[in-house]
Amino acid sequence: MCARTPAKKTTRAARPAPELIFGDLWTFDPAPETADPRLQPRYNLYIGGKFVAPRSGKYFETINPANEKSLAEIALADASDVDVAFEAASRAFPAWSRLPGAERGKYLYRIARLLQDRAREFAVAETLDGGKPIKESRDFDVPMAAAHFFYHAGWADKLAYAFPGTQAVTPHGVVGQVIPWNFPLLMLAWKLAPALATGNTVVLKPAETTSITAMKFAEILDEAGLPPGVVNLVTGAGETGAAVVAHPLAAKVAFTGSTEVGKKIMRATAGTSKKLTLELGGKAANILFEDAPLDQAVEGVVNGIFFNQGHVCCAGSRLLVQEGIADAVLAKLKNRLKVLRVGDPLDKNTDVGAINSREQLEKIRRLVAVGVKEGAELYQPPCTLPTEGYYFRPTLFSRVQQSHRVAREEIFGPVLSILTFRTVDEAIEKANNTSFGLSAGVWTDKGSRILKMSTELKAGVVWANTYNKFDPASPFGGYKESGFGREGGRHGLADYVKLS
Amino acid sequence: MSTAHPAAFRRLFDEIGTVDSVGIEERVAKYVTRSIKKGAKVLGLKLAVSMVDLTTLEGKDTPGKVAALCVKALHPHESLEGEGAGAAETLPPVAAVCVYPAMVRHARAALGAFSPVKIASVATAFPSGQTSLATRLAEVRTAVEDGADEIDMVINRGAFLAGEFTQVRDEISEVVEACGKAALKVILETSELETYDNIRAASFLAMETIRAGDFIKTSTGKTSANATLGNNQVMVDAIRDFYLDTGIAIGMKPAGGIRTAKQALTFLVAIKETLGDAWLTPRRYRFGASSLLNDLLRQLQKEKTGAYQAPYAFSESADSY
Repeated sequence: MCARTPAKKTTRAARPAPELIFGDLWTFDPAPETADPRLQPRYNLYIGGKFVAPRSGKYFETINPANEKSLAEIALADASDVDVAFEAASRAFPAWSRLPGAERGKYLYRIARLLQDRAREFAVAETLDGGKPIKESRDFDVPMAAAHFFYHAGWADKLAYAFPGTQAVTPHGVVGQVIPWNFPLLMLAWKLAPALATGNTVVLKPAETTSITAMKFAEILDEAGLPPGVVNLVTGAGETGAAVVAHPLAAKVAFTGSTEVGKKIMRATAGTSKKLTLELGGKAANILFEDAPLDQAVEGVVNGIFFNQGHVCCAGSRLLVQEGIADAVLAKLKNRLKVLRVGDPLDKNTDVGAINSREQLEKIRRLVAVGVKEGAELYQPPCTLPTEGYYFRPTLFSRVQQSHRVAREEIFGPVLSILTFRTVDEAIEKANNTSFGLSAGVWTDKGSRILKMSTELKAGVVWANTYNKFDPASPFGGYKESGFGREGGRHGLADYVKLS
Repeated sequence: MSTAHPAAFRRLFDEIGTVDSVGIEERVAKYVTRSIKKGAKVLGLKLAVSMVDLTTLEGKDTPGKVAALCVKALHPHESLEGEGAGAAETLPPVAAVCVYPAMVRHARAALGAFSPVKIASVATAFPSGQTSLATRLAEVRTAVEDGADEIDMVINRGAFLAGEFTQVRDEISEVVEACGKAALKVILETSELETYDNIRAASFLAMETIRAGDFIKTSTGKTSANATLGNNQVMVDAIRDFYLDTGIAIGMKPAGGIRTAKQALTFLVAIKETLGDAWLTPRRYRFGASSLLNDLLRQLQKEKTGAYQAPYAFSESADSY
């Protein structure tokens, strides 16, 4: 017996641990989406129902982050263009706000239907300009944008019933809106639909790197016959945005973007009568308990962080996993990452597309380097990335500590930081120990624990056994440095009206 | 009579984990959006052909029908094989024919002793399994003696649902013994197990008892609901967990309800992304189907010629012509 035991041990040690082979036995051919995005070589501003050249005569290039090639020229609006836009919006306000709700609703329904008609075209344009996988722009961004217009069209003639017990529901006036580059068309819909349904008029600035679908959307507004000046679109970078939020005619300002810029806007609007809503960054905790169905939880975690290359303010960028299953979950995550398809965003089989801009790619690289330096353990699957364009491998950091920068700062890229916890209280403490509070996820088979967590987590949205689920009827917004105000549902509507 | 043992289920779930049905449905919905084109499509279709257990399980089966089935299994379609010398041009035979025990000797006579096509036989009082263990075992032995290479057995669903896991395991274990050298496929009959949790549990009970190279299989094809992407996923997740834990590679066979080439490709995508390349082989993955083969051939012909052929080109009924 004694003689045999060591021999047995050697054979056991010699046998390699079982591994799965995700190789090239059956590779997929490229399956690019071929719908025509119908891009124009140059996009002007949309002011007072007309497409007008910027007064400065300046344009800037917008590129395809998947191959760094130029897509179109975009007008650069300066303060004087913004001024003209606000005056147009101001002129349009009296008639628009007095229009019966049912009539405003008709415009919104028409816009929603026109968007559905051109869904494929918009999806391709969105993917070209922003780098997100076509399956996401096709199955999520565009349909969800249309859904927001349909939903708010329904409210337009029912505002009195949205806020029971109030005498009058009146719009603010002209609303200045600035939106981010991660969901260009969808964020536009989140902002425009409630503003229009409630009778406000709008000056909106799309993000600098992703203006195309907004300007294509102006074509839809035009086609829908929306009265001139009700929606005005001004394109440009930070200075244009600053002019929009600081404009004296802006009765309300709505911003979605980084916490850094949000703070600047709060300073700019302090001491004015402007109403303000901010939807800012996040560092959401996705909390995985031992009793959770592991494969589905892992799938949800992957969806939570790698959806839209992690360019999602509510991305589940911190995974808090209960100690006993930490190794098992990490192993499952690694296997799942090996089959994520990173590459050409226009390919229908692509799971993770291009990073939106060189600037963002460099920020992600910088923070990942910090993570390695601070001692977190890095894992990236061995996928090949295209040689051109901005790409970043899906990344896992294990052995992350609460104090690490990758656990505290919003990376806004495909990078997941994994921390562990032992007890429910520790999970809540760690999840809430952040300057953000936009969203959180809880994975457990125990219903009572979900209820407890959802009351104790300081986050605007808590998903239970799922992640990144959206609906126009469900209010979305944050706590703490993730902002204030809600978008969607009755709560979102309330931010666009004065109640008396 | 035995009553249900909730504690038995709870202990098993504690050990192997549970399944979230919403999450599973969401996962498999992603397979359906995969776009398989050109060379990948042809390769996938041929792979699927090689994995078919060409099945006839009807009361009216005759030796003649089984013989015809065997010819089709060996040579699925004449115009798709042979002409090019290159490997890419050749069409493989299917993996096996699947028949009732009474038809095994006829199949053996048709295929000969050294056939690339295996003979699988449903035994153990298929599809219900509602007879004595001795009878079921005798049926397995007869089928093997008559020349079956593979036995498709059904588990005792009554015992499983009552929480009598030991009995379920013991019965499988006795069938394993009766199989001798024949490979075993354990049919869970997923539609009678009610929940994904139960499908996972039954998968583990079976895998812990059978040998490397044996299979677990979704259904008999004789109930209203058969193989779905959802229960396929639950089972392949279980196979993967079991393999990574023990090193024992179990095969998988979805059966019933997979009729179109497109469905088959989607199932293969699920395998590619869950179990990986080592399972993309008829040794570890099979389709139990009767009409699937014709659609695979139809699509292969279409890829080759650019046009769809008439149904009578694929030994299908041609009523509409």
